[in-house]
Amino acid sequence: MNITEKILSRASGRERVAPDDVVFANVDKVMVHDVSGPGVIAVFEKLRKGGMKIDKLHDPQKVWVAEDHFVPAADKISAQNIVLLTQFARDFGITRHFKYGMGQYGICHTLSHEEAMVLPGEVYVGGDSHTNTTGALGAFAAGLGHTDVAYVLLNGKIWFKVPETLYFRLDGKLPGYVMAKDLILRIIGEIGTDGAAYKTMEFGGTGISGMSVEERLTLTNMTTEAGAKSGIIEPDQKIRDYLAQRGAATYREVHGDTDAQYAKIFEYDASELEPTVAKPFSPENVAPARELSSVPLDKAYIGSCTGAKLEDLRAAAGILRGRKVKIRTEVLPAAISIYRKAMEEGLIKIFMDAGAMVGPPTCGACCGAHMGVLAKDEVCISTTNRNFPGRMGHVDSKTYLASPLVAAASAVTGKITDPRDIK
Amino acid sequence: MKGSAIKYEKDNIDTDVILPGPYLKIHDYNELAKHAMEGLDRDFHKKVKPGDFIVAGRNFGCGSSREHAPIALSYSGIKAVVAVSFARIFYRNAVDGAFLLPIEVEEETYRDISDGDELELETAKNEIRNLTKNKTYRMKPFPDLIGKIIEAGGLFNYRP
Repeated sequence: MNITEKILSRASGRERVAPDDVVFANVDKVMVHDVSGPGVIAVFEKLRKGGMKIDKLHDPQKVWVAEDHFVPAADKISAQNIVLLTQFARDFGITRHFKYGMGQYGICHTLSHEEAMVLPGEVYVGGDSHTNTTGALGAFAAGLGHTDVAYVLLNGKIWFKVPETLYFRLDGKLPGYVMAKDLILRIIGEIGTDGAAYKTMEFGGTGISGMSVEERLTLTNMTTEAGAKSGIIEPDQKIRDYLAQRGAATYREVHGDTDAQYAKIFEYDASELEPTVAKPFSPENVAPARELSSVPLDKAYIGSCTGAKLEDLRAAAGILRGRKVKIRTEVLPAAISIYRKAMEEGLIKIFMDAGAMVGPPTCGACCGAHMGVLAKDEVCISTTNRNFPGRMGHVDSKTYLASPLVAAASAVTGKITDPRDIK
Repeated sequence: MKGSAIKYEKDNIDTDVILPGPYLKIHDYNELAKHAMEGLDRDFHKKVKPGDFIVAGRNFGCGSSREHAPIALSYSGIKAVVAVSFARIFYRNAVDGAFLLPIEVEEETYRDISDGDELELETAKNEIRNLTKNKTYRMKPFPDLIGKIIEAGGLFNYRP
């Protein structure tokens, strides 16, 4: 069995599982945020109206709560949702609640690794499609809707069809100015937005073991854009060190067997990769950044669970140091802990000296909800993960997805720019 | 189950157009219905009738995990979406929450159905009848567990 099959077999108490088996898996960790939390509350209300008694969760110790989509509160409704969410956590005895304005908080997927909320070998579900992100730690991590999360909260388990696994092997070392974002965009360009539908995307090879933990997280994060159920990478010493720095030392790692089966194997030579951009209106619509150098921009956005981790900010700052932005540029670190480290390293000063706006962690603009949405016909280059029509604002706005290096280089010139070409 | 087809000749109809991001803060199901399909078809709310079907191409409902998407369609009156394939979270949200039926059909069936065709769905026979064109199509049978959850009326009513 491969790592995903082994995790699901252990979680469902079966000796063996194979793709297409349907299992009820015990869940180790559950996350809700300020959109899925109120969604779960609505499901609970519906169940109560139907006569169900709900006064406790299966295990509140396994549950954690993030405030990320509509913070700072965008309006009266979103402010009320935060109140609802807080009351919900209090009522059910959930103690891990990362609150906006009270120390560490941030985008849920970023907290999942920054705070070591999820550990290798675990089954983790969250009320958000990018829950896949956390698979980079060696966990089975999948996004679910409100009804399913409500079911997990009350029963501690949920059904999964054991997915087939697509294996992506990267050999060699990424060239300068090329990031994990360029690789995942290239992959999605090749297999399409349903190329991994219902499947798991596993990453391995020397290119992956040579990659930092944060860069690996960019890969698993965007497996969602290929339709994948989950993304996963086998844990190694880098993961152990990363988790140890965050106070987590006790867990049961799972590794694939030597005869693990994969539905298909894809091979990439790292030296052949180059800065890559996804054009509107799909993450699969990719082209080399150099081919798009005539596209004028209105805004550069460096934010989100995909593209505002510490290394993403370092990459952007490396380009912006000593330069000025030519277009509206927003930098939103993905969590307070990252914001703080960026400040201590002097990155925030670099952004401000360049003329960029630095804001609080939020999903707001990435999902077109608030905190800097796009006007009609505006064009944005963004380190985020989706560019469907209306994703970041007006339905006639356009978003190009790119790495933090490409986004920062483009901020300096005002046009899409390959960072290798910046003078 | 009988209704008219509202057809979108499009693959990858994503949750950002089915129910745009700014409305994610709303959890009143009838209010969500007013914004269904807003990112793709501003007239949807006016033209949809109770019992109608949406007909679309591959990978319907891709993108975010927002259950708001099947909820908004369901509370608009949509009873089933007939598509070549579905994105996984939309599919399980539709079934587990008992909001609507995700019906998978062959590419030719999707091509053959026109906007406004009167359809009749009989899941027990895995059949879709096009009353306008006087034709019968096969729907792909529901996988075993999915069929049982649908029959139970959603995941919370299903006993494993």
